[in-house]
Amino acid sequence: MTQFWAALTLQAGYNAALVAIGAALLGLAAGVAGSFVMLRKRSLVSDAVAHAALPGIVLAFMVMVALGGEGRSLLGLLLGAALSGGAGLLVMSWLTTRTRLAEDAAIGAVLGVFFGAGIVLLTVVQTMRAGRQAGLEDFLLGATAGMLREDAILIALGGAVVLALCWLLRRPMTLVAFDPGHAATLGYNTRAIDLAIMGLAMAVTIIGLKLVGLVLIVALLIIPPVAARFWTDRAGVMVWIAGGIGGAGAYLGAAISASAPDLPTGPVIVLVLAAGFALSMLLAPKRGIVSAAWRYLRLRRQFQQGA
Amino acid sequence: MTPLPHHSPLAVHGLSVTYGDKPAVRAVDANFPRAALSAIIGPNGAGKSTFLKACLGIVAPLSGEVAFFGQPIAQARARVAYVPQRASVDWDFPTTVLDVVQMGQYRRAGLWGRLSGAARTQAMGCLERVGMAEFASRQIGQLSGGQQQRVFLARALAQEAELYLLDEPFAGVDAATEHAIMDVLRGLRAEGKSVIAVHHDLATVEDYFDHVFLINVDRIAEGPVKTTFTAQNLNAAYGGRLVASTPTTLIQAAE
Repeated sequence: MTQFWAALTLQAGYNAALVAIGAALLGLAAGVAGSFVMLRKRSLVSDAVAHAALPGIVLAFMVMVALGGEGRSLLGLLLGAALSGGAGLLVMSWLTTRTRLAEDAAIGAVLGVFFGAGIVLLTVVQTMRAGRQAGLEDFLLGATAGMLREDAILIALGGAVVLALCWLLRRPMTLVAFDPGHAATLGYNTRAIDLAIMGLAMAVTIIGLKLVGLVLIVALLIIPPVAARFWTDRAGVMVWIAGGIGGAGAYLGAAISASAPDLPTGPVIVLVLAAGFALSMLLAPKRGIVSAAWRYLRLRRQFQQGA
Repeated sequence: MTPLPHHSPLAVHGLSVTYGDKPAVRAVDANFPRAALSAIIGPNGAGKSTFLKACLGIVAPLSGEVAFFGQPIAQARARVAYVPQRASVDWDFPTTVLDVVQMGQYRRAGLWGRLSGAARTQAMGCLERVGMAEFASRQIGQLSGGQQQRVFLARALAQEAELYLLDEPFAGVDAATEHAIMDVLRGLRAEGKSVIAVHHDLATVEDYFDHVFLINVDRIAEGPVKTTFTAQNLNAAYGGRLVASTPTTLIQAAE
């Protein structure tokens, strides 16, 4: 317990403090950006884009090794992730607009194929000498043990850019999420705005690779806004509640995993967020299950007394 | 080719749209009058909604020219307001009635401009016009279908346009809402504004509209209701199905 308290107050060592701060910033950015993804009903698309980043990471590693480099340059790996995630997004939108495939089928196809290709490439790389120590598999579920100051700075800077863009684009993104046809007649470029929403989700995926990994990042994007949805009926308010839930949940999750060193950070954060979701679903005053049941019972009693 | 007329709020020449390899709208010409209520009429799947969306550039036309007040849509957006089908959005979206109406003001506010108190007052005025002012702070999912339709109309009013395009404004609404909407549309006409609505109920066409445009993929007929809304044109548009599927009173009304 003292260990947990120490982690919660950033007294559990340098690495633990870095991880906790990085996680909080990532959770905040993910909750805010994820709100627009959720409002636009693109949750699964963002999951597929995140999975589609894997082959790009491994290919970037191979290219850097082939060019005589060490292959572990974080910037290079993240660039590869962005490129193949973007390619996955393009293939998905091509499949849905140019063929008769429904969006869910296109999502499934892209997620499976890109992730499968990434795993094959990863296996190949691990038979290479340079690849064995590269720790590329850490990008799947995140690994915080080796987190550096630069990683935390990357999350802080990237998160700040994501938040600023969300604030600037909040109206167009809300408009397109609610009624894209009407937004188009107002003169907004709905394709560009859709691209911006997915681009923000991808940016969160990339800055979160080291901490949470690409398999679970969708949880950070989507659980906070769906939890926040229980507390408010206004999109503008929901976005900030989601950011708060995401930031607080990620911080708490990081502290828990720091006080029990065998627990992986990313998955623990996801479980903490899930607990936040469950509490919101039960206890939120207007839309929560408990208050709805309470109102129902009161109403029933009124009717019974009236009869 | 002669340029499309400037005096018309919406003029269309040779507009074609396809979904896949199936034509939805084929080489359609149209010319809607100013300061009038116009109805777009045709059977299900006749391309009525598609025609509107293609005019507005929401779906990409295969070919054809569209002019709003003699200009392409990109230059006329501030003068045109669109009311989509109610079913086209998710009404559980976290937003209030007033927020939705203010979405009609985003364009004037600029991308990041603040919505002033005056804008809010104007939005409330629009809600007043459709009889929904008391619902301003409600979440939109708590409204009935007719109330939702009125909110959509209020959003269009907030755009302060000169031409209003409505896609099935009376679909699934109660009689009170239908009256309220018609009052607003007639008010717009009295102000010299133009209204074009996709309309389903043949029984009310003569009562509600001045001008009618009949479409069934191809343009069937267009003109004043008095001369164009005839049994012959309706049969051409509905391909005989009308006679079999509608009450006789309706056919009498059409004759």
